[in-house]
Amino acid sequence: MERSSSSLWRKIRSRYDLVGNECKNCGSSYFPPRVVCRKCGRKSKMVEKKFAGDGEIYSITRIRVPPDTFKDEAPYFIGVIKLKEGPMVEGHVLENGIEPKIGTKVRVRFRKMYVEGDEGLIYYQYKFEPV
Amino acid sequence: MAGIVGYGAYVPIYRIKVEDIAKVWGEDAESIKKGLGIREKSVPGKDEDAATIAVEAARNAIRHSGIKATELGAIFTGSESHPYAVKPTATIVSAGIDAGNRLMAADLEFACKAGTAGMQMVIGFVESGMIKYGMAIGSDTSQGRPGDALEYTASAGGAAFIIGKEKKQVIAEILKTVSFTSDTPDFWRREGAGFPSHGGRFTGEPGYFRHITNATKMLLEETGFKPSDFDYAVFHQPNGKFPTMAAAQLGFTTKQIENGLLTPIIGNTYSGASMVGLAATLDIAKPGQKIMVTSFGSGAGSDSFAIEVTDNIDAKRKNLTKIMEMINSRKVYIDYSTYLKNRGSIKKV
Ligand SMILES: [Zn+2]
Repeated sequence: MERSSSSLWRKIRSRYDLVGNECKNCGSSYFPPRVVCRKCGRKSKMVEKKFAGDGEIYSITRIRVPPDTFKDEAPYFIGVIKLKEGPMVEGHVLENGIEPKIGTKVRVRFRKMYVEGDEGLIYYQYKFEPV
Repeated sequence: MAGIVGYGAYVPIYRIKVEDIAKVWGEDAESIKKGLGIREKSVPGKDEDAATIAVEAARNAIRHSGIKATELGAIFTGSESHPYAVKPTATIVSAGIDAGNRLMAADLEFACKAGTAGMQMVIGFVESGMIKYGMAIGSDTSQGRPGDALEYTASAGGAAFIIGKEKKQVIAEILKTVSFTSDTPDFWRREGAGFPSHGGRFTGEPGYFRHITNATKMLLEETGFKPSDFDYAVFHQPNGKFPTMAAAQLGFTTKQIENGLLTPIIGNTYSGASMVGLAATLDIAKPGQKIMVTSFGSGAGSDSFAIEVTDNIDAKRKNLTKIMEMINSRKVYIDYSTYLKNRGSIKKV
C-alpha cells in the first residue's frame, strides 16, 4: 500500500466510486482504468465509466495470516469480483452472515482500507458485501 | 418552505446484547434492560467510522431522491466522532458520492444534534436560493467508557437528508423549525480524550428534558399545532426511556413515537439518532400525515421540526432502502471480546 498524499489523491475516484473506463470503439470496459484498450490499441477511444458496484464472486480466499498492514483484520476474505459490467476487481469481501462462495452476488460498500498509524492518513476504499 | 427530497440511513451489521455487556461487569441485565429501555446496540466494524457510515447513508439518500449527486450545492456532516480532528468528513462524503467540486462542505459538531443543525442550515440555503439541493448528515460511531452506563447504549449509525424546494421532488415539506439553546455542562469530550465525560444524573432534567420540552413547546406555540395534530413524533433517543417520558410530559402518545423509536434495538446513534428515527417514520408515512421531530445535543440544544408528507412519497419509494428492513436483515451478533477488538481500532482513528 502506497503511503503518500499524491498517490492517494490521484486514486480517490477509482477507490471511492469505482470509476474506470470504457473503449467506445469496441465496448470493452476496464477497472482500474487503462490508458489504451487492450483489444484496439491505437484505435481505442477511452471514456470514463462509473461501475455500479454490483457483481458476483469469481474466486474467494480466507486470509488467516495477513500482511502487516491488515494484521488487526484477520481473518478476512479476499475475493475476485466479476462486476456486472464485465471487469474483474480484487477486493475485501465483508462478513454479514451470508457465506461468501463462488457465484455469491455482492454489492459495493465504502470502508476504511488502511489507517496510517496514529497520525497519518486514513485510506478509504470499496469493499464488497454478499447480498 | 423547503422540504425533504430524499433520505437514506445506515446501521452497521454488528450487534451486542445488553446481557453480554452486563455479564462482564457483574450487573443485572434485566434491570438494565428495563431501566434503559434497550435490548441490544449496533457496533461498527473495525473498518467503519463516522465517514464510512455517512457515505453509505448519503448513497442511499441519492438513490432514493432521484437527483444527481452533482446537483448538491452543499454537504454538511454532523458528528461527535469525525475520523480526523482536522480534515473534514464532508469532503470524504462528497467524493464518496462523486458529487463533483462545485459545492460547499463543512463539518458540524453539537453532540447528538449536529445532524439536525445541518438540516436547518441547508433549509436556509435552499430557501434563500443560494443552492438548489443540499445534504445534511448525522453520523456517529459513539463510544462509552468500559463499565460506564453509556456502554450499554453508545452505538453507531447515521442518516442523510437531501433538502430542496422543487414541488415535484419534495416528499415531505418542512412547515417550521425552531431551536432552543443554552450553555449546559451535561456531557463533553476534550480534544484528544478517548471517551466522553458526563454529569451523571445531571444529564437528564437540565439537559435532555429542559431542551426537548422547551423546543417542542416553542414549535407548537409558533405553528398553532397541538400534539394530537401530528400522526408521528420523533424525539432524540439516548435510551429507550427518555423519549417515552418526554412524549408523555408533552402530551404525545406512545403510539405516536413507537415507529421512530429505534434505540431499543440499535442503541443511541448520537448525531444519527433523531434522523434515523425520522427516516424510519418516513418509511411508513402516508401523504398528508404530519411528523414532529425534536433532536437534542448536549452542551446543549434542541432543534424541533414540523413536517408534512406530500403526495410524492409513494412514487419515490421504488428506490428506497427501508431502515427496519436493513436493521433486521443485516445482523451479526458479537460477544464482548469481539466488541473490544472492534472498539480498539475505532479508538485508533
Ligand atoms: Zn477497444
